Formats: sequence, C-alpha cells, structure tokens
Amino acid sequence: MTLLTVDGISVRYGQLTALRRASISVKEGESLFVTGPNGAGKSTLLKAIAGVVPIREGAITFAGTAVAGKAPEDIARLGFSMVPEGRDVFSGLTIDENLRVGVGMRADKDAAIRDLETVYSVFPMLAERRHRPAGVLSGGQQQMLVIGRALMAKPKLIAIDEPSLGLAPKVIDDVYATLLKLRDAQGLTLLIVEQSSARAMLTGGRMVLMRSGEVVLEGDARELVRGDALKKAYFGYGDH
Amino acid sequence: MTEIIQIIIDALSLGSLYALGALGIALIFGVMRLVNFAHGDTIAFCVFALLWPSIDAAAVVFAGHLPTVLLIPLILLIGAGLSVLSEIIVFRRFRKANPATMMIASFALGFVIRYFLLMLYSSRPKSINLWESLGESIGFLGARVPLLQIVTVAITLGILGLLTLFLKRSRYGLEMRAAAENFTMARMLGVRANRVIMLAFALSGMLAATTGLILVTQTGTVDIQMGASVMLIAFIATVIGGLGSLTGAVTAGYLIGAASVLMQVVLPLDARPFRDAFVYGAVIVTLIWRPNGLFVARSAKQRV
Ligand SMILES: Nc1ncnc2c1ncn2[C@@H]1O[C@H](COP(=O)(O)OP(=O)(O)O)[C@@H](O)[C@H]1O
Ligand SMILES: [Mg+2]
Repeated sequence: MTLLTVDGISVRYGQLTALRRASISVKEGESLFVTGPNGAGKSTLLKAIAGVVPIREGAITFAGTAVAGKAPEDIARLGFSMVPEGRDVFSGLTIDENLRVGVGMRADKDAAIRDLETVYSVFPMLAERRHRPAGVLSGGQQQMLVIGRALMAKPKLIAIDEPSLGLAPKVIDDVYATLLKLRDAQGLTLLIVEQSSARAMLTGGRMVLMRSGEVVLEGDARELVRGDALKKAYFGYGDH
Repeated sequence: MTEIIQIIIDALSLGSLYALGALGIALIFGVMRLVNFAHGDTIAFCVFALLWPSIDAAAVVFAGHLPTVLLIPLILLIGAGLSVLSEIIVFRRFRKANPATMMIASFALGFVIRYFLLMLYSSRPKSINLWESLGESIGFLGARVPLLQIVTVAITLGILGLLTLFLKRSRYGLEMRAAAENFTMARMLGVRANRVIMLAFALSGMLAATTGLILVTQTGTVDIQMGASVMLIAFIATVIGGLGSLTGAVTAGYLIGAASVLMQVVLPLDARPFRDAFVYGAVIVTLIWRPNGLFVARSAKQRV
C-alpha cells in the first residue's frame, strides 16, 4: 500500500524555484533513497512534505490524507516523523526530555514509556547520559538521539535528511546499521535523503535522483549505484 | 546590622517586581521572538480592573472589595484573558513578520489599551487602598520591615518555584521549552504551535496581573502610567539577562533592583536624585561587556 504520494509539487523561495513538479511515492515498509547534488531540492522536498514550506502546485497525500497546506504538527500527528538536516537536537533539554517531546501527541502514554526503554536499549550510550543536556553529545550520538526521538513519536514513516552529514565513516556505518536494524525489526518505512548515493548499496530498495529541483531518475537502488546512468544523470546529461 | 537587613529586603522586594515583569516579557519572547511592549499596559489594565464596573473619574473601588480568595483569581484571569486576546486578535497575524514589525505592533497595542483606559477613567491617578494590613511593619531578624515587602518577596519566590516546576516537570512545560529552543522542530514532533503560544501569553498575563497587584498595594494609587515604568526596567532586565533566557531575566531583574537600592544608599546625597542615570550607566557598561546578555539563550531558530 502506498503510504506517501508526492504528486508534481513545486516550491519557490522568492524568485528561486527549488522544486519543479517533483513526484515521489513511498510504499509501506519500503525504504526510498533520495540522492542528488547539493542544491537539488532534496531538503526542500522533505520540508514541503512536513508542512514547513508551502507548495505552489501539486498534491501530497500521506496515510490517505491530503496534507498540503496542513500545519507541521498535524502532519506529524498523522505519523510523519522528520529528522532534519543538521539534526536539530534541543541542546538545552536533557536527552530524556528530547526523546519525550514527541510523546505528547500519542494517546498510548504507557506504551510510550515502554518505547522509551526500547530506545535506550537500542542506544545504550543515550541511556547512560539520559539526564545530561543533549548539547554534550558528539555528532554521531546526536544523530542517534534524533533517530530515537523520531521513533518515540511512533511514526508510520521516518524521513531523514543527510544522516551522515559531518560524521566519520565508521560512525556513518553505525547509524545505517541501526536504521536498517530498526527497519527490519519494526517494519519502519524510511525516506532517506543523502547527497552521496554510496549508502544506497546498504539500504537497497528504490532510489530517486534529483537535480535542479526535479526528479530525473528512478530505479532499483543497487542497480543504479552499480550502473553508470546514475553518474551521468548526477552530473548532468552531458550539458556543459 | 538591622540597616543591612533593611537594605537587603528593599533590594529583594524591588528586584522581585522587576523579575516578575522581566519574566512576563521573556516567556513570550522565548516562544515568539516578540518583545511585547504592551506588557506594561496589560499591568495597568489589571490594576484598573479593581475599579470595575465603575468608570467614575474618582476611584470607586468595586471589584477591589471582593474577598481576597476571589479577587486574586479574578485579576489573574483578567490578565491572562487580555494577554491571550492580544495574541489571538493581534500577534497571531504577525507571526511570520519580522521582529521589528511585531515590536511595533506591540507598541501600538499598548497604546490602544492605554487610551482605552484613559477614555474610561481619565488620566488623573486615583488612590485606593488594597490590603491595608500589608502596610504594617513587622519585626524581621531584628529589623522592622513592611509586611508587604516580605509578602512580595515570598510570592515572587513562590511563583518562580511553581513556574520552574511547571517548565521542568509538566508535559506542557517540556513542550514550551522545546518550542522556545526550536519552534519548527517542536512542531514537527507534534507540538501544537497555537497552544504553546497561548499558554505563554496566559502565563505572561498572570505575571502582569501579579505585578499590578503588588504595585497598587505598594503605591496605593491606580495610574495609567504605572505599568510603563516597570515595563521599561523589565525590558532592560530581559536584554541584560540575555533575550530568551528566563533565568537571565530573573537574575537581571534582581540585579537591577539591588543596584537601584544600593546606589540610593552609597551615592553621595547630591547625586541621589540622579540615581537612575547611574543605574542605566551600569546597564550600558554591562552590555558593552556582554553584548548578548549575561546568559546567552540557546539557539534562536526561526519561529513559524
Ligand atoms: N530558506 C531558503 N531560502 C531561499 N532559498 C533556499 C532556502 N532553502 C533552500 N534554498 C535554495 O533552494 C535550493 C534547494 O535547496 P535544498 O532543498 O536545501 O537542496 P538540497 O537539500 O538538495 O541541497 C538551493 O538552491 C537553495 O539555495
Ligand atoms: Mg539538503
């Protein structure tokens, strides 16, 4: 079943068109890998779905509801959980508090307490520091924290923008290993945005390539990474 | 010794008033990046509510005669109500505007409230007596201090304690702190923007009401200007404390209160009339030393 459909949306920042009739769709339980060079509009795509930037045309359907024009909190309440670029931890809140911000929208508060312990068991280094301010964490630990924070909202889909940004390769591997473990154990649906397509080899599933605000290529992630159509498209179809 | 105790109590009680005012401004700034200059006029409005429903030019206290257990909740409710209405009718429409525009809107709203009061009650200050028994002095650690000062300090500390508990222990408090740090991220975690902002306005309005009640008990007058003077110092306290930092606002409120009282004591007699010049001089020096305030507030990511 299709969980998310983005149908021909356009976004402009003043004069600049950041998205031009872009379309993607994500099925329940799958992971979609969105890649493309810097400035392609990947982050804008996620922000548009999250309701943080307005769209000028097109439609967005999430979990059977038309969400374009809705407030970010209402979209979150439908089960869309966002981990933005740069992570955006609440650095003055403790790790525990960071994890609990998204619990407010859940009806099942008891289950939320159990989920908190699950998150701590997945991320033991967070458990050790649960009452420390989140600002003390390293970049990799902050990435784990925001993934945990997204999980605590009990989402239908987690969208992650540049999870490897600024992290050492070893830490990036850990982040992806955790994501995939969670996906397989909890049946999570993932929408991963990454400038480099290398990690698509790990996630598998489908991949789309964006350039200059448009979706220019779509296919099986591993096949695309192995072939050279992706490289060509990434750097432009020979247009100099 | 008793003199020192008197000075300390003076400083604490004046500081309490400034701290309450500063907190009312800092709470709203935290979630909205709005410096609400209408706060002072909200204070005045709450004080004038003591005269309701009379609009006589001479003071006819009506609501003010209610028993304390009813009067205090009523005035708190009026403060919260006016503040929340300001947000719904005015500030909500400026949420995406730049900070300067919002600040101008708050100035304008302040004037609307002030002239509304002026229209009804004229500009002549009216004297009223509220809780006269608080004017008595009591023995305190060997010194004789007005009961009102002790009550002011106690109430302020009580409010600070409750507010801290609310912010640290309750779900809404957590949502408010998250929203103050990064509003967009909080919304993406399901925190309802309107509810958090209205809550901040309601709390700020109740702080305005408390400030008003303390002021009117202290001065025994009802005056259109009475909020404005506290507002100015409260605003300065929020800037010195570091805009957006609640701890900073409270600390700076007490520091300014202490500085004012101390200068009154240590300045040579000839210089005392110019005390405020010295206080504001200290403000300038502080800001040169720490342009972002004593406590730097965490991130100030965009609202929306
Ligand atoms: N808030 C903004 N205001 C103006 N332009 C923006 C804003 N955010 C992004 N852009 C521009 O929109 C385009 C797409 O940006 P973005 O979605 O961040 O791309 P990506 O995430 O693929 O690097 C870029 O040209 C960028 O400069
Ligand atoms: Mg990006």
